[in-house]
Amino acid sequence: MIPASFDYVRVGSADEAIGLLSEHGEGAKLLAGGHSLLPLMKLRLAQPALLVDIGPLRELSYVTEEKDYLAVGALTRHHDIATSALTLSSVPLLAHVAGQIGDPQVRHRGTIGGSICHGDPASDLPAVLLALGATFVARGPNGQREIDAKDFFVSFFEVALTPDELLVEIRVPWPRDALWGFEKLTKRAQDWAIVGAVAVRSGNSVGVGLINMGPVPLRSSAVEAAVLSGANAAEAAQFAAGGTEPSADFNGSVAYRQHVARVLVRRALEKAGV
Amino acid sequence: MSILGNRVLRREDPKFLTVGGTYVADLALPGSVHVTFVRSSMAHARVVSVDSTNAQAMAGVLAVYTNDDLGMAKFPTVMGMTNEAMAPPMLASGTVRYVGEPIAVIVAESREIAEDALEQVVVEYDPLKVVIDPVKARTDEDLLFPDAGTNTSFSLDFGGDETLFDDCDVVVELALVNQRVAPCPLEVRSAAARMAEDGRLEFNSSTQAPHGVRDALATFLGLEPDQVHVVTPDVGGGFGAKAMVYPEDIVVGWCAQKLGRPVRWTETRSESMLGLGHGRAQVQHVRIGGTREGVVQAYRIEVLQDSGAYAGFGTVLPFMTRVMTSGPYKIPKAECASVSVVTNSTPTTAYRGAGRPEATAAIERIMDVFAREIDMDPAELRRRNLIGKDDFPYTTPTETVYDVGDYHRALDLALEVAGYDDLRAEQARRRATGDLRQLGIGLSCYVEITNGLPDGEFGAVEVRPDGKVIVRTGTSPHGQGHVTAWSMLVAEQLGVAIDDIEVVHGDTDIVPRGAGTMGSRSLQIGGAAVNQAAVDVVEKAKDLAADLLEADREDIVLNKANGHFHVVGTPAVSRSWAELAETAAKDGNPLFAEVDLASPGPTFPFGTHISVVEVDTETGKVNLLRHIAVDDAGRIISPLLAEGQVHGGIAQGVAQALLEEVVYDLEGNPLTSTLADYSFISAAELPSYETRFTETPTPVNALGAKGIGESGTIGSTPAVHNAVCDAVAHLGVRHIDMPTTPIRVWNAINDAATGDGSAKGGR
Repeated sequence: MIPASFDYVRVGSADEAIGLLSEHGEGAKLLAGGHSLLPLMKLRLAQPALLVDIGPLRELSYVTEEKDYLAVGALTRHHDIATSALTLSSVPLLAHVAGQIGDPQVRHRGTIGGSICHGDPASDLPAVLLALGATFVARGPNGQREIDAKDFFVSFFEVALTPDELLVEIRVPWPRDALWGFEKLTKRAQDWAIVGAVAVRSGNSVGVGLINMGPVPLRSSAVEAAVLSGANAAEAAQFAAGGTEPSADFNGSVAYRQHVARVLVRRALEKAGV
Repeated sequence: MSILGNRVLRREDPKFLTVGGTYVADLALPGSVHVTFVRSSMAHARVVSVDSTNAQAMAGVLAVYTNDDLGMAKFPTVMGMTNEAMAPPMLASGTVRYVGEPIAVIVAESREIAEDALEQVVVEYDPLKVVIDPVKARTDEDLLFPDAGTNTSFSLDFGGDETLFDDCDVVVELALVNQRVAPCPLEVRSAAARMAEDGRLEFNSSTQAPHGVRDALATFLGLEPDQVHVVTPDVGGGFGAKAMVYPEDIVVGWCAQKLGRPVRWTETRSESMLGLGHGRAQVQHVRIGGTREGVVQAYRIEVLQDSGAYAGFGTVLPFMTRVMTSGPYKIPKAECASVSVVTNSTPTTAYRGAGRPEATAAIERIMDVFAREIDMDPAELRRRNLIGKDDFPYTTPTETVYDVGDYHRALDLALEVAGYDDLRAEQARRRATGDLRQLGIGLSCYVEITNGLPDGEFGAVEVRPDGKVIVRTGTSPHGQGHVTAWSMLVAEQLGVAIDDIEVVHGDTDIVPRGAGTMGSRSLQIGGAAVNQAAVDVVEKAKDLAADLLEADREDIVLNKANGHFHVVGTPAVSRSWAELAETAAKDGNPLFAEVDLASPGPTFPFGTHISVVEVDTETGKVNLLRHIAVDDAGRIISPLLAEGQVHGGIAQGVAQALLEEVVYDLEGNPLTSTLADYSFISAAELPSYETRFTETPTPVNALGAKGIGESGTIGSTPAVHNAVCDAVAHLGVRHIDMPTTPIRVWNAINDAATGDGSAKGGR
């Protein structure tokens, strides 16, 4: 539980952070809330040579309403998202999910950007943002680019950022009339989901996401297609486990997780008015 | 008016709530070096070599030692009962037998350097066959100790009456697992040692038994007990697992002696999950028989106890299971047989209840199965078999003598508080409508043994000329609140303010003797010793007052309202405690009394817990809705502290029933060595408890008090477990082993639905 030695720099600007990432490459790691990285370092499963602490970049902590989306700064903490009046009124699903991550200590330190960039398929936010069709804004030495959530999660703990890029903003579209449901099965409130499901419905569009059902967060297009073709929640949910490859451990076999995925998708769809 | 029985606020708390406690790791120890242990990554292997050349060459590393360097004897057997060949060495000697076993110790200038050096020690292993399942271990197919010729570390066989169930109309059996759990005190193990200026070894320890640590250090390090000074600063929990001395403690003392430098050690949480003893770990087979009218006539339990890799305290837990075999019931014939075996896992030890929760879990579970078999309400079955209040003292078939109790009263009160009939009606409604969320109601009637070991306890009370009262106790609180409770006892006898009382514990130089705090013994033996010392000091004071007031001693009375002595009938002329203490001091004979109270024997608290759960039948997830606890620990001195014990005990009991389990894979790799993987319970999983006390004073000790430290755990676990099984019983589920995690409950429902009536919900 004692990390290996490392260098540490507390940066004053996003550009400074990007400069350090460019200079040090894979050996450098960004430190935001530290709730994923630091435990790995304590167990010496991660041994970065340099920690670039972006904590001081308060300009990356915000929730604002743009014309077509809610803009969330990458360094916004889960607690701030969960309690932001703007999130609660314009994307209540996001506030609800952020308010259930881990425990109060985690929510007061952990950030939305850190959760996404860690690429853990058992985390709640990636699947939710995937179902919402969010866009991620990354900044690198050559400027900014936008990445669709569906292109962001590459594989187990691997995302589409290059080593010299910094995630700066998450853009969450939200139709005014959207209905939603979020369900997760945990042993304890603070645990990662054994399985989780999210459904968002608005007019002719539907988004269904799955947590911890494979190496990356999943969007269930088969369920979405079934809903769009008129299936009810129970019928559509039967497609939830198709093509999933969840891991097996003492919290659940593959068959159990696939069963629970169908149950939770059905419940989420029902709450979303399907 | 008596202070006893009042909700006196904990005197300990202001410090913890403001500046915080001082634990071993917080102690300033200038010039200290740090040790860390090289631990086995293999569950069973011959150690071919330990190459520490690179580590020793690192700047800041003082030394790396193995067991050969220590040259110390192995630990002794437990109470002369366990297999001698299986006693643990200080550090692994030739063979490692569990993941986490210490192989070598690194001493370095800082903790960070020690951890870096750890990565530079190369251990070469020659793997041996791993034995992780105690059932398999019992076959002796693969041996942990070939010299012993067996894996059996201890056995108890009483009875073996072939005719036990001959007269029974109905006999049911059940195989169940009381799973291995980790005690998880918030403070992990920690020690700091230095050679003091006077040449003695000063040893700070996070322990429940400082005098035991002193004596063990003296024995292993070749010192006299008075050459060792043990101090326990604040201790962040122990739950039984810190009642014994660990090899690491001895090695830390040895390093301080060897190097002449202060040495400190604090394990990490990951180390603690492997190194601190585990609890429970029994495989049980139980059989019960009786009439269709619900009269239980015979009961037998066979216990297979997992010792872990060495024969430590966990090995003899079945001894305590046997004592409590027949629980609170009047069963004419009851037997307990047990075998303990070694496996390639962390050694087991005492954990909150230590052998008694296992007994209660077994009989309470099969009482429910029996009730279902004869189609009787489980509360009614219990009522028909509880020992009556006029039957005490009651001798059980396993020769335990219960002191006193009113078991029916506890059951009736629990049913009333729960609103039992309404709960059953709601359950019936949900069953009839096929609700996806089924209600389960679980009962547990328990009785348990406290102060079960033969030790007596030391207590002393001294009144100083400034009017302050110093109380010394041989118990060693680590969260229990002895400072508050002992203050109440002394205030009651002396008539002084609680704030004028100082309670001293956990320093072997100031407190000469002590057995420590474990087994729910402290109030009834340690508190009673302090109480007796207070009574004695009042008697001494009366002698002094008689002299000063020039009166007959028989006419001197103590006015407890103001702490003044006077002649009966003339309160205006009086002497205060301070005045008497000053006179005593001038005479060179301080106002002081000390007591070594011999144990008057064990007491048997009892009660009934009722738990209400909701089971999501689609996912198997259990939600605990209510927990009702009626406990009787005799006379309650401090309701606040007693409730605190019940609350904490329930949390740990619920945790075992629903969540916690130490899991190994077949190669003996631990899968639950962090608190992310090990499901330590949190407040979010627990409802507000509904607690009640009945008070049936025991005649065994002067206070009328029984222990309350473990009742919460013992009573709650089977109630929650039974509630979960009850919620899905109508679906054809007969039993689900603990912990009743979502996957297990779902598997059990699923197996029942597919016609496998023996469904147990394994993974």
